[in-house]
Amino acid sequence: MAVSDPILSIRGLAKTYRGGTRALDGVDLDIRRGEIFALLGPNGAGKTTLIGAVCGLVRPSAGSIHAFGLDLARDWRAARARIGLVPQELATDMFETVWRAVSYSQGLFGRRRDPERLEAILKALSLWDKKDAQIRALSGGMKRRVLIAKALAHEPDLLFLDEPTAGVDVELRKGMWEQIAALKQRGVTIILTTHYIEEAELMADRVGIIRGGRILMVDDKEAMMERLGTTEAVIDLAAPLAAMPAALGRFHLELSPDRTRLVYRGGTGAGGGRAEVARLTQALVQAGIAYVSLDIRDSSLEDIFVDLLGREEAA
Amino acid sequence: MIPFNLTSALAIYRREMARAFRTAFQSLIAPVLTTALYFVVFGSVIGTRMEPVGGVPYGAFIIPGLVMLTMLGETTSNASFGIYMPRFTGTIYELLSAPVGVAETLAGFVGAAMTKGLILAAIILLTARLFVDYTIADPLLAVIYIMLVAAAFALFGFILGIWADSFEKLGIIPVLVLTPLTFLGGTFYSIRDLPAPWDRIALANPIAFLVSGLRHAFYGTADVPFALSLGLTLGFLLACVIVIAVIFRTGWRLRE
Repeated sequence: MAVSDPILSIRGLAKTYRGGTRALDGVDLDIRRGEIFALLGPNGAGKTTLIGAVCGLVRPSAGSIHAFGLDLARDWRAARARIGLVPQELATDMFETVWRAVSYSQGLFGRRRDPERLEAILKALSLWDKKDAQIRALSGGMKRRVLIAKALAHEPDLLFLDEPTAGVDVELRKGMWEQIAALKQRGVTIILTTHYIEEAELMADRVGIIRGGRILMVDDKEAMMERLGTTEAVIDLAAPLAAMPAALGRFHLELSPDRTRLVYRGGTGAGGGRAEVARLTQALVQAGIAYVSLDIRDSSLEDIFVDLLGREEAA
Repeated sequence: MIPFNLTSALAIYRREMARAFRTAFQSLIAPVLTTALYFVVFGSVIGTRMEPVGGVPYGAFIIPGLVMLTMLGETTSNASFGIYMPRFTGTIYELLSAPVGVAETLAGFVGAAMTKGLILAAIILLTARLFVDYTIADPLLAVIYIMLVAAAFALFGFILGIWADSFEKLGIIPVLVLTPLTFLGGTFYSIRDLPAPWDRIALANPIAFLVSGLRHAFYGTADVPFALSLGLTLGFLLACVIVIAVIFRTGWRLRE
């Protein structure tokens, strides 16, 4: 799936760890400039290895990676200066103060000292009043924000967030989402991995599903939900039906074993199903079938994800 | 043009220096105390009853060896911790994802180690001054030689910190190898005064060449020709640089 002028372009990327584990098995992936891309996959799918290969933590066994049009095998200095990484583990220099830690990151990535820029970052992440605190004295959520501040200190154009909200409470998670949205506003391209599919559904422009070191599917979030999504309607009947009336034959309907409930499945996750359910209720009224309740649900990205992985497993 | 991120190297340098001052007691005060103890025992108490060695009063004679003793141990441990701790805590991810290669990393780490080595040597020499009188024959040569040795052992410590996979292994080399070899390397005596065949066996100890080299800069007397000491130091330095370049190229224990 080629994208014109991608900010990141990965071709045939493979990684076999010593010991034989094949963490990446020929990954092709293009990331659009300015998008939020969510990489979904179960544990051990290869998400962290993929990020590591782009950021210089993992040496690829095969394949190529280009960022900003630069070949990472050759022009890694120039490319890495524009890439930021927030790792999954809360790895921090515990005895450093917040301020020193972010100043170090700014310098390490080749930026001149810019206290105003750091101040703005720390304020945006609600860390300003903790700037002189030792990192070990901070809570888990604050440590994660320190890691984000460190990754932003050199103003990267491409930012990797590996499970940014893992172990972060609901309140903070919302704050984090706002931060990520604000970064996108500033033109930062963001690639995030997450276990919270809700997070991908809320934030991402596009979603990639990875499993066993292979990308199973990449698509716009909406397109994916439309293509793979379904609407489910459960209709509880006033009285049991002897058989499925012929008038309802054109709908995707099932009659429950006790004959008191009709279950509709069909359409897409993007509204088509709901329209059909409306037509179904009219047909029910015309056929003189009374019902006492109606429950409609569109499948979420999570349903799609679970369904897709289930199908992959069965294959 | 050789690609080099000066800003990045400076950031590493500053951080390493800050780390040393944060642990000032361990890195700076402890050597003062140790040196003072050596001088009380060997310099003042025993030293007054000793013959001068090669025309140098005993208290002054042991100064270069003591500088070496503390500097080798401190520089090696400090550099090894400097790279081992990030590996241990996981913060190494930042260095590996940064636009720095072996050149910037070494410039930062080794530059800081050289600075710290000089500060340490200065502290030891000032402490020594409280106990014995001495004059350094060739101060410039002494400074250069101390910086070279500090650089070499910082690189050695760096390799040690990458090799070690436990705190125990990290401590083994300085305690079990460097300290004994420095003691036996002519810190407290001239190896020329050893009975045969020990005077020759002692020359198998590379640290004897380092002690002798610094003593040459201090007093103009040495157990082995200064050129040999200098050559060995430079050779060791170069070997360490090559090993580290290979480590970075292959990613051994750094990149998976």
